[in-house]
Amino acid sequence: MTDRAAASRELDVQRIRQDFPILSRTIHGRPLVYLDSAASSQRPLAVIEAVRHYDATSHANIHRGVYVLSEEATAAYEQAHTQVGQFIHADWDEVIFTRNTTEALNLVAYAWGRPTLRPGDEVVLTQMEHHSNIVPWQQVARATGATVRYIRVNAQGGLDLDHAAQLIGPRTRMVSVTHASNVLGTINPVQTLGELAHAQGALFCVDGAQSIPHLAVNVRELGCDFFAFSGHKMLGPTGSGGLYGRREILERMEPFLYGGDMISEVTFEGARWNDLPWKFEAGTPAIAQGIGLGAAVTYLQHVGMEAIHAHEQRLVQHALARLRQMPDVAIYGPEAAQRGGVVSFNLQGAHPHDMASICDQAGVAIRAGHHCAMPLMHILGVNGTCRASFYLYNTPDEIDVLVEAIGDARRILRR
Amino acid sequence: MSIHDMYQEHILEHYEAPYHRRTLPNPTLECRDLNPLCGDEVCIQACLDEQSYLVEVGFEGKGCIISLAAASMLMEAVEGKTLADVKHMDREDMLGLLGVPLTTMRVKCAMLALRTLQKAIHRYEEGQA
Repeated sequence: MTDRAAASRELDVQRIRQDFPILSRTIHGRPLVYLDSAASSQRPLAVIEAVRHYDATSHANIHRGVYVLSEEATAAYEQAHTQVGQFIHADWDEVIFTRNTTEALNLVAYAWGRPTLRPGDEVVLTQMEHHSNIVPWQQVARATGATVRYIRVNAQGGLDLDHAAQLIGPRTRMVSVTHASNVLGTINPVQTLGELAHAQGALFCVDGAQSIPHLAVNVRELGCDFFAFSGHKMLGPTGSGGLYGRREILERMEPFLYGGDMISEVTFEGARWNDLPWKFEAGTPAIAQGIGLGAAVTYLQHVGMEAIHAHEQRLVQHALARLRQMPDVAIYGPEAAQRGGVVSFNLQGAHPHDMASICDQAGVAIRAGHHCAMPLMHILGVNGTCRASFYLYNTPDEIDVLVEAIGDARRILRR
Repeated sequence: MSIHDMYQEHILEHYEAPYHRRTLPNPTLECRDLNPLCGDEVCIQACLDEQSYLVEVGFEGKGCIISLAAASMLMEAVEGKTLADVKHMDREDMLGLLGVPLTTMRVKCAMLALRTLQKAIHRYEEGQA
């Protein structure tokens, strides 16, 4: 089924849920209500089975073995690159597999940033970045003498685009922003930011960890030079993820890690680098996990990204409506139309950790804390928040269970 | 385990009316530390007498009910004790003070205050050496 055909109908969530074995388990005697997909999503049978099938029938090291198993493993691992490339409208060899978004962003910071940035150069980020799109840049800036600047977050939980236009200037060499905030849920206007970056001759990197699981991503339309993502947030296994890089840039870049499989020739004097993407995949990769990621994007394409996004919009609208009925609950972030399937909130006077413990007792898994975004917490004026995040397998009824659990918390914690 | 076991009356009482939640003007030892998992923070101070008794103690912090109740109970337990007594306190002692069942992740909340106090003692003794 094509994406377009899938988008024309609503998701059959009950059928989708049957694809996810974990959703049938109970927690403290209550049905699991999994509202933490922004941290890590659950895996469908198609992914579990793809990994199992590979492990059971075809495992061997890739690229060097001249025998059936190695050839099957190589073909399956390369096929996964093709599947992911098609999913984001990139060529297969512009897709570098990494362990996760963090490693992908480190690859950009180290392999592009360290040899490129000079004293006085500027890297522009936003105040709503995850630590993984802040700390690597801070370290590279420290090593190179470059400066890191942050586009402000406005009161509505969006980016201050006037401030972005002021910050992005002739000294800017890199603009690296999150596509969707893991705390506020905000979906950022990345195309506009990319245009601002390119107008100044800067490169544009998108942290897609929170967008690629939920939105149709076309890296050509986004106009990004890099796009980093995690497999385990998009139904794939942990240890899978990737970096898209525009071919001309990847070809000019030096490798990130050095060793096996990333060379074409080694002598005692030096080495020449392998072709893309292997130049950036040193050592034996996470083969089974990469194959699992390929199965995950195929599953997502089958369901349809437009249908998934529309479903999550309905869930967010329901969640915001229910939470707003409670005057002692503060909600962070923009209106439903500008956000993905993430809702951060606090119950007045209650610490997020205590909230999460009480929700857990009701079978509800939510995240509590700073969500690896301590600078943003500072701006919001909180130590942490509770975060419920939704995916294709969640239902409005599950949000109602969360709302009941918030009522329990109010009683137990005497807030 | 019921959730009411974790949030028993004595825990909520310590959270709502903490013992020695205060800043000491001239502490002999102090340390501020964070639980990196959640960003909760606690600062613990103490004044020693000549025999290394903790004659005054105090804490400040931002955190969940478990971490702040634990800090309050710890203040009550260590006031008047010697440095050696406090150095020998371990996880079991702290969980014993709390007296409620905790899940693995929440044990980290419970341990923040004791770990921070022990870090303060360690630094103080290194400074003396």
